[in-house]
Amino acid sequence: MLGIRGLAKSFNGHVVLDHIDLDVAAGSTTAVVGSSGCGKTTLLRLVAGFETPDAGTVFISERQVASAERSVAPHRRSVGYVAQDGALFPHLTVGQNIAYGLSGGARSREVRNRVAELLETVALEASFASRRPHQLSGGQQQRVALARALAREPVLMLLDEPFSALDTGLRASTRKAVAQLLTDAGVTTLLVTHDQEEALSIADQIAVMRDGRFTQVGAPQDVYRRPNDRFTAEFLGDCISLPCTVTAGVAECALGRIPVQTSTGDGPAVLALRPEQLVATVISDSESPDGIGTVIGTEFLGHDVLLTIDPANDIAPIIVRQHSLDPPSIDAKVRIKVIGNGVALR
Amino acid sequence: MIAPAPPVSLPAASVSRSESAARPGPLVSATVAILVAATAIPLGYVVWGAVSVGWNRAFELVVRPRVGELLVNTVALVVVTVPLCVIIGVAVAWLVERTDLPGRAVWRPLFVAPLAIPAFVNSYAWVGVIPSLHGLWAGVLITTLSYFPFMYLPVAATLRRLDPAVEESARALGSDSAGVFFRVVLPQLRLAILGGGLLIGVHLLAEYGAFAMVRFDTFTVAIFQQFQVTFDGAAGSMLAGVLVLLCLVLLLAEAGARGKARYARIGAGAPRTAVPVHLRRNVIPATTALTLLALLAIAVPVWTIMRWLWIGGTSVWHFGEIANALGQTIALAALAAALTTVLAFPVAWVAVRSNGVLARAVEGANYVTSSLPGIVTALALVTVAIHFVRPLYQSGPLIVFAYVLLFMPRALVNVRAGLAQVPVGLEEASRSLGSSPSATFLRVTLRLTAPAAAAAASLVFVAVATELTATLLLAPTGTRTLSMLFWSFSSELDYASAAPYALTLVVLAIPVTLILFRQSTKVAAL
Repeated sequence: MLGIRGLAKSFNGHVVLDHIDLDVAAGSTTAVVGSSGCGKTTLLRLVAGFETPDAGTVFISERQVASAERSVAPHRRSVGYVAQDGALFPHLTVGQNIAYGLSGGARSREVRNRVAELLETVALEASFASRRPHQLSGGQQQRVALARALAREPVLMLLDEPFSALDTGLRASTRKAVAQLLTDAGVTTLLVTHDQEEALSIADQIAVMRDGRFTQVGAPQDVYRRPNDRFTAEFLGDCISLPCTVTAGVAECALGRIPVQTSTGDGPAVLALRPEQLVATVISDSESPDGIGTVIGTEFLGHDVLLTIDPANDIAPIIVRQHSLDPPSIDAKVRIKVIGNGVALR
Repeated sequence: MIAPAPPVSLPAASVSRSESAARPGPLVSATVAILVAATAIPLGYVVWGAVSVGWNRAFELVVRPRVGELLVNTVALVVVTVPLCVIIGVAVAWLVERTDLPGRAVWRPLFVAPLAIPAFVNSYAWVGVIPSLHGLWAGVLITTLSYFPFMYLPVAATLRRLDPAVEESARALGSDSAGVFFRVVLPQLRLAILGGGLLIGVHLLAEYGAFAMVRFDTFTVAIFQQFQVTFDGAAGSMLAGVLVLLCLVLLLAEAGARGKARYARIGAGAPRTAVPVHLRRNVIPATTALTLLALLAIAVPVWTIMRWLWIGGTSVWHFGEIANALGQTIALAALAAALTTVLAFPVAWVAVRSNGVLARAVEGANYVTSSLPGIVTALALVTVAIHFVRPLYQSGPLIVFAYVLLFMPRALVNVRAGLAQVPVGLEEASRSLGSSPSATFLRVTLRLTAPAAAAAASLVFVAVATELTATLLLAPTGTRTLSMLFWSFSSELDYASAAPYALTLVVLAIPVTLILFRQSTKVAAL
């Protein structure tokens, strides 16, 4: 559906995109995630046609829309675009905003019906049509922007940090509603965000970007569980890194022998674990010393508690996050149990 | 003369997305290039004048007692008046914006009102009160009263949007009211004060009528007299050269004092309004001072005009002539305002949305021409017309062209600000919704810039309607605008007959003064 080959872009000699490749299957959602300034917004703007690439090509539905030599104007790409702040036209009502891309006057019956239909699609009442953008909340504005972009039935929807302007509670619910809506409509979607949780929850495929390159592209679970490198591992969530020695698929480390998935070959490596894989339980002094540490700090966070545990063999303390019911106290000896497999990284 | 919006309302040019610099089309580029080239005419005239008379003659013309006298007068005028305006403008703005002075809602617009009275009308009023008024101090008195709002407006606007949390922090760190004002507030007003000071300086250098009326010779006055004696003379163009140099000195001084700081955009406003300072015992002196200022700046001119009208009775109201002058003034001003605003669009677009050579040329040209006195532009156009396009001399198109050159910077301030406030994201949204670039301009950009364009057009309209210097030099034979008739009556000391024209000029300028006031109080709402 969307094909990107060797896409490159520099601004004033500064490389922003460094020969990117990406494929997005029809009807699926891909999230490009990266910290700010990594080039993800530029990627989106190149696909939308607001910028021209220095090299590489963009195909939408098998049609080449951008290359260094030739670029199809944004209004001829049938691409929907929702900006970070919604970018609603302040001089038009909600109805006129949604009708902007439709042919026919905003007053015609056909257009009015379509506007009402679209408002319903984004779960807003028909009475919103006569309101002005400034009378809407952030989440409502974002949904109107989406309805406006959907009005022209684009083959590809581009979302530029569409939920970042919303507050936390609203963000989660809007995100869920929008994801559902786009899936139902079968619109191919490319979303950029700096929020890994958003990317992981919404997308069929995620692409982690760093300094204008993708470090890894794949299904959310795969990328989260089996990151290729430490950057990807640490970017997608909290990560515990321990020095280890791999022998035949088993990593030997301070926490004992842990099976590892990625085959990096035998030898010294870094074992990456997710905090939810670790459970600390208080033990008596008599047990075997394997995987035992001392709690040197606890931080109560309400639902969870963060335990800082010193594994007592010359490695940095490990942070374990677990539910806060009956937590170990400071100086308690704990055994750290590892659930599932780890990942060995070079 | 009605002034351009205070420079604080200038949004930083960096508002545009520098990374998505759009390339202007050939039509836009050509229009802008021609306009930029045209702004070089006045400077070109000065340089050409110096070159054509030869070095020795130029030296003789510049180094002589008369020029020294003019230089002393002009410099003294600027050096005395600008600081006076700073003191009055800042004090008034602080009293009105930051204290619990009674009647602030009335004072606030009242001190913008002097802008509705052209300086030459103010001068006429004061001569009516004190007929012996003349010389430097007369010039200082009149221009201070006419121009202090140029300081008051930007300073008041800045005071309104300062974050009170900063002042509260200074308070918590042990500063008293005075300490907070001098150590925290005043430094934050620096840009507003510099911008206002530059504007006042430029006006002082350019003013003709107000000084001619009180027999105070500045460069502009002398150039004008020279022109009347020896039409197109080398002496005149040499004086113009010195005047242009003075303007450049002013620009450089302001740029130097400003350093790397840029005029900040008036943002979404302070999160909270500051707690007003309690004046307590000082209420009476403060109110007295403001009342006195209002009396001098507003009551005196209004009262004099009314007195002359009373003395003149019905005999000074030649309605046919007044109506004719009004019609001519409105026609000229409307034409110039429309043309200037339309031409300001491509220029503003290039300045805001692109960052090439052309954009920098526009910035530079605009910066210099906004400070060039009308007399230089007018003289340059007279000379160019006489030497190269004789039929244009004293024609309608030439004077309209002069107005466009003179007042383009004022229109630009507004159109640029308006354009910069249209987020690029909206245009992109429109493009992604299937609108072509030109359709996007019409449906989104133009629609959202309309209020700014209207403000620009009305500013230019009043600037043209109350313009005197260039009009006297360039107007086609038979032209009788309000300011020309006012000038010819008051030059003949027929103050009573001049009064109806003075009144009409003031009334004409009131709506635009209101626009200026609203622009400075209202934060750009979008």
